[in-house]
Amino acid sequence: MKTMSRKMMRIRWIALLLGAALALPAPAAPESFDFKDPKNGNKIEFKLDAPAEKIAGTANGISGTVTFDPQNPGATRGKIVVATASLTVPNAMQTTIMRGNQWLDSAQYPQITFEAKELKNLQTNGDSTTADAVGTFTLHGVSKELTIPVEMKYLKDKLEDRLGGNQKGDILVITSTNFSIRRADFNIMPGQNLDKVADTIRLTLGVAGASPK
Amino acid sequence: MKKALRILAVIILLAAVGLWAAKGANPGWTINNIPHETMDPVTGLSGVTYEKGFIPGWDFLAVATLMAGVMAGASFLFRNKKAEN
Repeated sequence: MKTMSRKMMRIRWIALLLGAALALPAPAAPESFDFKDPKNGNKIEFKLDAPAEKIAGTANGISGTVTFDPQNPGATRGKIVVATASLTVPNAMQTTIMRGNQWLDSAQYPQITFEAKELKNLQTNGDSTTADAVGTFTLHGVSKELTIPVEMKYLKDKLEDRLGGNQKGDILVITSTNFSIRRADFNIMPGQNLDKVADTIRLTLGVAGASPK
Repeated sequence: MKKALRILAVIILLAAVGLWAAKGANPGWTINNIPHETMDPVTGLSGVTYEKGFIPGWDFLAVATLMAGVMAGASFLFRNKKAEN
């Protein structure tokens, strides 16, 4: 009778422990965010201030994937891709010239990419993390190591609010408001037309990726 | 013919300046892609969509001035009508 009671107790303990283990929340896994925005709201702005002319435009042909772990933002890795043919300035003729073979040559180099390999100087405050993203920037067929200051905002369960319908999921917003490149570094008409087309290109990034569930 | 060309030159110049002023006197290049900012209330990001349109700039004025100049110049190729006695 005593043995039976001990066995019952053991079974109860095991059941209790199993129940407790199952009730614990599972550790969050890294999520994969797709940056091809169905609302077409992602954009990169570019500005060139030459002595004789200012040029400003945007690119909205954004795609790419970023893996982000809200518990470990430092492990963020991924690639953002910009379609060269989506770079647009308000003047149609300038847009055609900019995409043409003398400048960006969108036919031969259809993509501009940044692949993040490491995050440095991380600072996390709630759902927001700022960091310096170190990675490879490829433009006009030339790849260079580049450090971009970024802010990542994790919006849990906000995908439904954004897209409507019943699409559950999370959003990752990545912004960068202060980085620049030199066109000469990427072999884009180096040293030419500097009075009208500045060498320094200031870039601003604002993109949102979705991780549906 | 001489007078007609000169009048046409003045009309082209005035029409171009009038259109340029009416469309906002844009001091930059002619705008064919008109940007419209959109704000996403969930992400807080501002996006841009482009709409085809026409806002004349200084290049439009330059072309119109050139055309008017060519017409005014061409008018000198025609002789004045001699007054009949």
